[in-house]
Amino acid sequence: MLKKLFVFILLFTIGYFLVNSLKSIPLGANRVGSIDEPTTVSGYYLNKSPNALKVANSITAVVVNFRGFDTLGEVTVLFLAATGLASILYRKEDEEEEEKHTHSLSKRLNLPSSSLVRTGAKILFPLILLLGIYVFIHGHLTPGGGFQGGAIIATGFLLMLVSYKGFTTNHNVMVWLESLAGLGFVGVGLYGLFAYGSFLQNTGWTGNLNDLISGGFIPLIYIFIGIKVATELTNVLDTLLNIKPRKK
Amino acid sequence: MVLLIFLIAMAVILIVAAIYSIVQKDLLFAVLGTGVVSLILSVFFYILQAPDVAITEAAIGIALTTIIFIITIRNTTRDEDKYNDDYINRFKSDKDA
Repeated sequence: MLKKLFVFILLFTIGYFLVNSLKSIPLGANRVGSIDEPTTVSGYYLNKSPNALKVANSITAVVVNFRGFDTLGEVTVLFLAATGLASILYRKEDEEEEEKHTHSLSKRLNLPSSSLVRTGAKILFPLILLLGIYVFIHGHLTPGGGFQGGAIIATGFLLMLVSYKGFTTNHNVMVWLESLAGLGFVGVGLYGLFAYGSFLQNTGWTGNLNDLISGGFIPLIYIFIGIKVATELTNVLDTLLNIKPRKK
Repeated sequence: MVLLIFLIAMAVILIVAAIYSIVQKDLLFAVLGTGVVSLILSVFFYILQAPDVAITEAAIGIALTTIIFIITIRNTTRDEDKYNDDYINRFKSDKDA
């Protein structure tokens, strides 16, 4: 109890100083200057993304174009996390041992789902996939993008994995999709390096504002990121759900 | 005015759910508390005009993180104290043997 009190006092102290420092930031004030003649970096981005790059969603322009190298790093972090999880949880098949050590809780959870859940999952699964694909294809036009669309697709696979006991993903297809998406991202970056002089440099051609194919490489990169995030998160869930219970 | 009352109620529920998930000994309910926190946070992100972050929070915070924690609880132990006792006893028996 004393330990918990100490934790709460610490939390309230940190919260007090956080609120005090937030007070000093002029939230909502115009610090950008005018859009036509920006005085800050954020104003420059807000000016350039619709006018020069022809990207309606300026967050996408920042994430993929101005800070594209950071996004490559984020994708790498997610890839390493999925690989580490799979390498820790991987266990060799040993069915006799599994039968012996299945304890009551997982036995109850291994029962098949009711037909209501299974039918609902079957109807919802393609719709969720469609929503995820829509979100990452329209990443430069509407809110959302590769990470969000990939996470939505992973929740669709999660629904199927939970509802159907025997549902597994095709491992070879997942590996190929993930590798090709990663290579595609790096390949676009290298194309920018050789054709335009710097890594992940965008093309000069940008199209028109609010077109589906506009903004140079941005839709292509977001499609690669969406496929990569979806396959990685689905792999994580598949690994976690098909792990055998630890023996007692 | 109605929106303000709604927002304040949501903020209160958020803080209560966060404290609940810290204090709760049953890990399953604690994880559900963090799910409620993520749900209300995503609504707040949407109201604060950050729909990108709201979508991320909804997909990852509500669905994926909660489910990953629930799977982990299924494979370990649901009760915090029981898990701690098991953990301590394992070291004790090692020392005796």
